[in-house]
Amino acid sequence: MTSQAGAGAGTGAGRREPSHALRIFLPWLVVSVVADWLIWSVWGPHLPPGDMASAASNQQFDIKVMAVIAAPVTAFVLIYFGYALVVWRQRDGDETDGPALHGHARVQATWITVTTVIVLALFGFGTYELMTAQGAGAGEGPSPIWAPAGSAPLQVQVIGQQWRFTYRYPQFGGFESTQLMLPEGRWVEFHVTSLDVIHSFWAYQLGVKADANPGVDNTAFTRPTQLGQVTVRCAELCGLWHGAMADTGKVVTPAAFESWAKSTQARLASVTRMLPPYATTYDPTVVPAINKAMAKAGITGANGYFYPPQDPVQP
Amino acid sequence: MAIEMQPAQTREPGGGGPAAGGMPRPWWRRPAVHTGILGAVIGYLLGHLLGNFLGSSYQQLPLSDSSDLPIVLGYVAAVIGWLAGLGVFSDLLRQMAGRPAGEAGGHAEAGGVAQYFRYSLDHKVVGIQYLVAMLVYFCTAGLFAMAIRTELLSPVHHVFSSSAYIEIVGEHGTMMMMLMTSVILGPLGNYLVPLMIGSKRVAFPRIEALSFWLTPAAFGVLLSGLLLGGFPFGWTGYAPLSIESTYGADSYAIAFGLMGISMILAGFNLIVTIICYRAPGMRWSRLPMFAWSMLATAFLMVLAAPVLVGGMYMIITDRTAQTAFFTDSLGGSSYLYQNLFWFFGHPEVYILALPGFGIVSEIIPVFCRKPLFGYKTAAAGMLGVTLLSFFVWQHHLFDSGINPDMRPLFMLTTELISIPTGFIYLVAMGTFWKAKIRLSVPMLFALGMYFNFLIGGISGVFLSDVPADTTEHGSFFVMAHFHYTIMGGLIFALMAGIYYWLPKMMGIQLNQTLGKIHFWTMFIFFNATFLPLFAVGMAGQPRRVFEYARSLQTINDWVSVSAFLLGGSILIFVINFVWSTVIARVRAEGNPWQSRGLEWQVPSPPPPGNFARVPVVLSGPYEYGDPAAPPVADLAPPPGVLAGAIGDPAGAQPDSAGPAGALSPAGAPGAAGAEPDGPAPQSPAAGADPDPRAEA
Amino acid sequence: MSLPVRIATLAAALCAVVALGAFLVIHYLLGGPPVENFAAAGARQVSITLQEDPQNTVTSKPDWVSYFIKSPATGKWVHTTLFKVAAGATVHVTILGYDGCTPLRNPYWGKVTGTAGNLEYVNGKPVSQLNSWSGCNVGHTFSIPGIGLNVPMASPSLTASLCGASPCTSGPHTTMTFEFTAPRQTGSYFWQCRVPCGGGFLDGFGGPMQTIGFMTGSMEVVS
Repeated sequence: MTSQAGAGAGTGAGRREPSHALRIFLPWLVVSVVADWLIWSVWGPHLPPGDMASAASNQQFDIKVMAVIAAPVTAFVLIYFGYALVVWRQRDGDETDGPALHGHARVQATWITVTTVIVLALFGFGTYELMTAQGAGAGEGPSPIWAPAGSAPLQVQVIGQQWRFTYRYPQFGGFESTQLMLPEGRWVEFHVTSLDVIHSFWAYQLGVKADANPGVDNTAFTRPTQLGQVTVRCAELCGLWHGAMADTGKVVTPAAFESWAKSTQARLASVTRMLPPYATTYDPTVVPAINKAMAKAGITGANGYFYPPQDPVQP
Repeated sequence: MAIEMQPAQTREPGGGGPAAGGMPRPWWRRPAVHTGILGAVIGYLLGHLLGNFLGSSYQQLPLSDSSDLPIVLGYVAAVIGWLAGLGVFSDLLRQMAGRPAGEAGGHAEAGGVAQYFRYSLDHKVVGIQYLVAMLVYFCTAGLFAMAIRTELLSPVHHVFSSSAYIEIVGEHGTMMMMLMTSVILGPLGNYLVPLMIGSKRVAFPRIEALSFWLTPAAFGVLLSGLLLGGFPFGWTGYAPLSIESTYGADSYAIAFGLMGISMILAGFNLIVTIICYRAPGMRWSRLPMFAWSMLATAFLMVLAAPVLVGGMYMIITDRTAQTAFFTDSLGGSSYLYQNLFWFFGHPEVYILALPGFGIVSEIIPVFCRKPLFGYKTAAAGMLGVTLLSFFVWQHHLFDSGINPDMRPLFMLTTELISIPTGFIYLVAMGTFWKAKIRLSVPMLFALGMYFNFLIGGISGVFLSDVPADTTEHGSFFVMAHFHYTIMGGLIFALMAGIYYWLPKMMGIQLNQTLGKIHFWTMFIFFNATFLPLFAVGMAGQPRRVFEYARSLQTINDWVSVSAFLLGGSILIFVINFVWSTVIARVRAEGNPWQSRGLEWQVPSPPPPGNFARVPVVLSGPYEYGDPAAPPVADLAPPPGVLAGAIGDPAGAQPDSAGPAGALSPAGAPGAAGAEPDGPAPQSPAAGADPDPRAEA
Repeated sequence: MSLPVRIATLAAALCAVVALGAFLVIHYLLGGPPVENFAAAGARQVSITLQEDPQNTVTSKPDWVSYFIKSPATGKWVHTTLFKVAAGATVHVTILGYDGCTPLRNPYWGKVTGTAGNLEYVNGKPVSQLNSWSGCNVGHTFSIPGIGLNVPMASPSLTASLCGASPCTSGPHTTMTFEFTAPRQTGSYFWQCRVPCGGGFLDGFGGPMQTIGFMTGSMEVVS
């Protein structure tokens, strides 16, 4: 691709000049091939975010492909600039101007065609990756465009609140825990929501990042493929302790998960009874039982807001 | 473009009212910065009292600073007081009262340092004001960056408390992103565009000056947020966090809103100037690339900033009047703010990028001694970026769960925008082909810009791919990406522009040895700082955190030390700038770079009114290496030539009836004063269509 | 201007800028409430007494709810939320709850976790959880997420008239005691309240909830 650009410009070169286009093209070819080989086979398998889950592998693959495309482009520009700086420097005492070259229709047309083809190819690749069974791992809102086929995924609700994520397991009686525990080999369907401001649930090794918006059920899919620990961080600035909003999840064997879930469900039964019934979103300002008690005490904040009426700063 | 419809009245455009007629008052009674500060203080107190009065039914105690209303009204009144104290409204009020506007002022009273502290209507004074102010803002925000890197030296031991850290992050980000929008358009655009297009003035000097004087107000308001406890939501101000936060959020919303207004005003003035005030013969095909980039930037500012101002207004009303634009449980949506913000925010990124493209495209032909390769491609690239930048904003929301089936579309538009951006590289590489490259300091910075922006741009393509973005979004990868495009692109280009044009603007040469040291330290330490941050982000460190994985400490320490050295490099620049302009003051040659630009054809610094006569542009600015090319312009055209150049004999007759005649001499500022003998029509009417034959 | 005048002006401007910057940094960025030291001589057994008040009349924010810590050195109530303990120390906490009730945004935090026996003692009676959604009985929580500690504070009765001047010395209140072990890993562990008690702020989570010295702070664990 870029060789054409170089060659096109080269046709304007004088006869006695060396072929600049060739002298740029050959090193570029070597560098590109070597760099792409290194990226694909040496660096690629170690690229973040690793391959601990299907979405993570998918992202690793995408980053690898992008890097393989980016390396020759970067190399071409840098080699060209480097060559120009070495070869086309002003010589001592030479105060003359360069050739009056205003443009070159074929070079420009080639450049535009090549960049357009690259961009459209990237678009096609990205869209394909988004639609296939790998899943992007990104938050897809309440109506995802893609969901895994086959057996029912494990549903995990991620509730963001200042400054902690909690997790609810609706298939186990809807118990809530601060511990993220996932079975290996089973699709997980995260439902991410927030009780206050915008957070972002970033389970790094799982390849999942989904914003937690208040009042929104944001779904994301992944399938853990290896046992291990998962770093969870909040990736959207959410206030004072955003930097410390982190915890560690675990991927365990299906049997271990099953027993953990059953025992936790039993252990937390009394807490689960306090919680509102499982729902995709929560409005923590509406607590019917408490509204009655508050009204009895003379505190009648509208719509379930628990502040005295003379405090109009509260909506 | 009809500024003044009374051709009989000859006067300078600049009001500068206070000195009108009679003896000039002593300096301390004339409007300047000190009266502005006085006005701001009085305004704040009045506004605060009014707010407490209006909010007296609140439970909060009056005067306790414990309510948003007095703070917001205090800020608004302080800004109005600041502008009133500067004399912004003097002419307006005088004219409303039926009295003539001030006579003196503007560049008529040029000279002295004092004019730089006043509401001056000379675009060259405003340019210098902008330049110095922007450097002050940049250095202030840079110091906050140093504080951030100090805190990140250790993952567990903290220099600042988490609240101080988050305040510093917010101040750094907001100050950089809101004030640096004008870092090139303000100083270089306002100063150079009239010179480049052969105009004696800008279209709206009052609007231009107002756009500048709003920036210190925005800076002061933003910085004062620290006194109110700062704001813990970075520069994006995502609701509902920004609605929930303490009173510092008011200073954020008001400062950003003020800067939005400043952007609209500055952009508006430059659009009209470039379209309507081009000299005869300055066809679109001869417009310097820098002017093209300013036109594109100005359009982005005028079209995008109103959305920002609206968003900030909604934040303020949500905070004070309890509207619920962004509260989901009351019918609002947090997505609304994200959409509004990024609908401004992404064009803003190009507001920050395009001026840099313009500067490097302007500089490389001079130092390659070759014509710009693919002039039309370069201009088309800038316009293409301008257009497309309004259609990419949701790529900031790929993970947010908003409308997932729109993601392929925004992936496409985001990747498409790399095509016109790539034109800038095509143009540069074509210009370098068989060039005679002179590695002067401006050229070094331009090369640095190409290198940095390449990395910034390529990493941007990674971010456009949704699966890859899932890992990179919200991490240090993004942070490194936009620092490469903005600091590596915009600020490097700004430095190139300063080293290149300061001899023009001040008639002073910056020290070239220090300049080279500055370049190499800045280039090396910039890359040493931000290149590792791509890896840090990929390894899982989110932005704006004060605690991170212990395994990342080594690389973070490396980055911090590099950042301090980068700060030291900026210090070298500041020392060079201050030393060269204040102490050494080495006179620059008239045209030290042998440039063909029209701005270099007049003395340095340019005289009041820029051109003795309106020049007739004869050829493009990049005709290097073409011995047959005519000189760039005829600076002293005899009156008859103008008529021919314009191709409209009627328009050249100053006394002829009709709109052209009515507009031209009087609308041309300084024309009557500087050229009592020769009617040389500035002729905005003709300027709007400088060469009808070109269109035919 | 002449050269000496220019240099003098520059020097004066430089001094002014440096002074302003130093003031800003020292006063606003490095300033903050004092740290109460409970780690003297590596104390293994520590008793900390706090109170939570419906207002903070010792500051310019009199309508902000606030914690106070009883200084181990002077025995006086100090307007701060920063304290220091030795790593691995057993910490006995007594909290006097003077503030009224507000429902938790997430009732999950009504469960006591991370204390000895996962229990707290409200006025001497052991409690393992408080349901803030059925009866309004939780004033605040004392939560250190880094060590999984979460203790809801029982509030005085809904209709009681609360103390009006802080630090409170009289008025209806509850007394909570619990015990936890400080982590072995030194560092800074933030603590917060999970009841949205920042009255006047959206969701009740602005103002005091995000200001160190009021409803959030940190526990420094030192060796």
